[in-house]
Amino acid sequence: MASAASAALDDHAPDAGPDPWSDALLAARLFAVAPQALGGIVVRAGAGPVRDAWLAYLAALLPKAMPLRRVPLGIADERLLGGLDLAATLASDAAVAQRGVLAESDGGIVVLPMAERLDAGTAARLAAVLDAQAVLLERDGLAQRWPARIGLVALDEAQGDEDRLLPILNERLAFVVSLDGLSPRQIHIPQADPGGVAKAKRSDVTADDAALETLVGTAMAFGIGSARAPLLALTAARAHAALAGRVELARDDLVIAARLVLVPRATQLPAPPPDEAPEPEPPADSEPPPESDNPETEPDITELTDMVIAATLALLPEGVLAAMSAGGVSRQAAGSGQGQRRKSKLRGRPAGVRAGALGAGVRLNLIETLRAASAWQRLRRRDSGDTSGRVIVRPEDFRIQRFVERAESTTIFVVDASGSAALARLAETKGAVELLLAEAYVRRTQVALIVFRGAAAELLLPPTRSLARAKRRLTDMVGGGGTPLASAIETAQLLGLAAKAKGRTPFTVFLTDGRGNIGLDGSQGRPIGEADARAAAKRFGASGLASVFIDTSPRPRPEGAAVAAALHARYAPLPLVEATRVRDVVNAFDPSGKR
Amino acid sequence: MAAYFPFSAIVAQTEMKRALLIAAVDSRIGGVMVFGDRGTGKSTAVRALAALLPPMQVIAGCRFNCDPKRDKTCADESCTAKRSVTTTRPVPFVDLPLGATEDRVVGALDLERALSRGEKRFEPGLLARAHRGFLYIDEVNLLEDHLVDLLIDVAASGENVVEREGLSVRHPARFVLIGSGNPEEGELRPQLLDRFGLSVDVRTPDVLSERVEVVKRRDAFERDPKAFIAKWADADAAVLAQIEAARARIDKIKVPDSVLEAGTRLCMAVGADGLRGELTLLRASRALAALEGDKKLDIDHLAGVAPMALRHRLRRNPLDDSGSTVRIERALEELFG
Repeated sequence: MASAASAALDDHAPDAGPDPWSDALLAARLFAVAPQALGGIVVRAGAGPVRDAWLAYLAALLPKAMPLRRVPLGIADERLLGGLDLAATLASDAAVAQRGVLAESDGGIVVLPMAERLDAGTAARLAAVLDAQAVLLERDGLAQRWPARIGLVALDEAQGDEDRLLPILNERLAFVVSLDGLSPRQIHIPQADPGGVAKAKRSDVTADDAALETLVGTAMAFGIGSARAPLLALTAARAHAALAGRVELARDDLVIAARLVLVPRATQLPAPPPDEAPEPEPPADSEPPPESDNPETEPDITELTDMVIAATLALLPEGVLAAMSAGGVSRQAAGSGQGQRRKSKLRGRPAGVRAGALGAGVRLNLIETLRAASAWQRLRRRDSGDTSGRVIVRPEDFRIQRFVERAESTTIFVVDASGSAALARLAETKGAVELLLAEAYVRRTQVALIVFRGAAAELLLPPTRSLARAKRRLTDMVGGGGTPLASAIETAQLLGLAAKAKGRTPFTVFLTDGRGNIGLDGSQGRPIGEADARAAAKRFGASGLASVFIDTSPRPRPEGAAVAAALHARYAPLPLVEATRVRDVVNAFDPSGKR
Repeated sequence: MAAYFPFSAIVAQTEMKRALLIAAVDSRIGGVMVFGDRGTGKSTAVRALAALLPPMQVIAGCRFNCDPKRDKTCADESCTAKRSVTTTRPVPFVDLPLGATEDRVVGALDLERALSRGEKRFEPGLLARAHRGFLYIDEVNLLEDHLVDLLIDVAASGENVVEREGLSVRHPARFVLIGSGNPEEGELRPQLLDRFGLSVDVRTPDVLSERVEVVKRRDAFERDPKAFIAKWADADAAVLAQIEAARARIDKIKVPDSVLEAGTRLCMAVGADGLRGELTLLRASRALAALEGDKKLDIDHLAGVAPMALRHRLRRNPLDDSGSTVRIERALEELFG
């Protein structure tokens, strides 16, 4: 490989440049070569002609027998995984299983529209099927294992900083392509070459140790912890070589694989070679937190790895580099796990069945009802003399489907980090956040943290239920400076309304003395700061969001109570902020926190 | 049957492998919870264990895996009638997939029999199938609440009681519960976490050579599973022999009072709640001693399992930033040097 790589050094530039459209087409070609081994593609784009053109191109690359099959969002388990085919079962007097969409798509491609809205449960089911290449069914009295060798195309339509496709799935799909910002006039759609793909499928590309080491080293340099990433990159590199008609990996294959598979997962920029760069000063007392997936050790980088990294970086669009150095492109919202679940009669995810009477607002579970009835058929037929062969169902057989509805509460902390008392207050608030999260499973709540100091408020911790994630974010809190209270209230209102729009119950906890001195536009001064804060508080109050105002001033003053009144908040003076007391206040006032 | 990655071919991950072996040696320890980052081979290791386990004795035709020596009666009448005819069967390793329905987990009326013959017969569920073996739940923190409730109850009592559809069945369900999950997807319910005897944190190896080896072996396995498994068959056989030897030895291991006392002091020092921690610590140390071929328990065995036996039982102290593992290691250092 070393010789092959050095021979490839003088090659012309790889066949696709850094422009996103040709990368997207290239990813489609590679994916078509090995859809199951590569897992899939995340396509970041809104619905529209560009995305349609890309999907059509992908479809044209695949054999005719391999159609793209769409799985609607919110699909029920019985259709996703499979279940009992009731009609056939009753007609034949034997349990007949019906495959779900995934098993039906065996050997094909499954398309997930609006993948960013996929819930954690469905994402985990899909991940399990991708791993096993099979559906393991334990439902409706059936135990089955059906092959489901599928590739996924996840259409991620999230905009801006919204939640992206869940990491559990993102992790298993080799490519992430972005079509955002491309207009239909800019793109050129080449003739798809399914023949080339079919030929590449049959070719066997060997990879030697140097190629493996290069991809693993490159993944490490980009701060990628998962072992899946270099494996997917290796498969992509092989597919690229096969498409080019080669049986040995060349440097180009590795560079392409690094750009298409590794870069979208990067959490850090590779450190420049030691002779050019000043050694970054590691924080003296910091021990990497145990949850870190980003080990700080200096990888032992070979020459080839260096070349691949350099070539990868050289071909990246500038925006990607900037985003990466600003703190990670692929750090995305983690799954929210199970939320608060309200027992609901009609909506949500099915959660068990109970016997019960039919009435308004309940849904009959037909399969369970027939199962309950089935045992008695012979007896009932004998007793009633009914010889029609129809199933005799009696009221005691009725089984009512129970559903749980995702209705998580979100507790938003808005913490004043300005002034001199900030550090102690921050530490205690941090304690309260962690206490609340530790109880999160019992209380079923998400926690978010907005910190305000200096010129404006900052969302330090987006809503999460994960203690691990929160701890990581909370270690970076700093205090001091002005009090942009108005900006903080506004940020909290936006976050609260966003949570509400997602069907959650937001509850905001303000920890401040209520004395803003920075206006909404950033201008300094007590009068404008307080006026803007009062106005923002009124808007917050008018929006109907529930909140509590914890007054942290050593001697409570009228300003705090006035802001609280404008917010329509409960008012709780707490001159000595302590983690446990903050927790108790939240528990006492949070409308959704009643256990 | 899908091919499984050989257990002995798993690179590094010493603690996870040790915890799984301990659970395989002594099923009373109560299972293993594997927490970890994505792509660290959590479920690979757990499934690899399945392929390793020595077979067990069952009564021929029994659908409940009942133990000819221990279980005197069986929910299967035919089985209770003919308890002398035994056969061997691989130790069950049962997957509980997300999306499983309650009837398949606890067992339910056999629909087919009911429909075709009008016969009321109990069809055992996953809990019965897992009896005397392993029940594995990947992404256990995403398991639906009503299934978690069921599991908590059965894992504690070792018995599954079914009252549904006019059926009234009870059968033993003693299994080693193995869960895996990523804490970032959501916290695990404390009551369920407590059912796990051991808990391990898996992290990506941060040495390049180890990572290269991980990828290299995985790639070789995926390209030619049969050849790869054959290559590691001898090493896997050695691990199996180690498990069997340890099982034979474990009840004879001497436990000096000084070690017992050290275990108690350690639990007090780290503030591990409840007696369960102490008991698990002792059992796990004994299993480790047995695996290592030792005759007597010592402090090193204790230290070797203390983090995995105790880390999920410490009271959370939100103002102490150091993780549970660090707290346990610090206590070990202070107490025993």
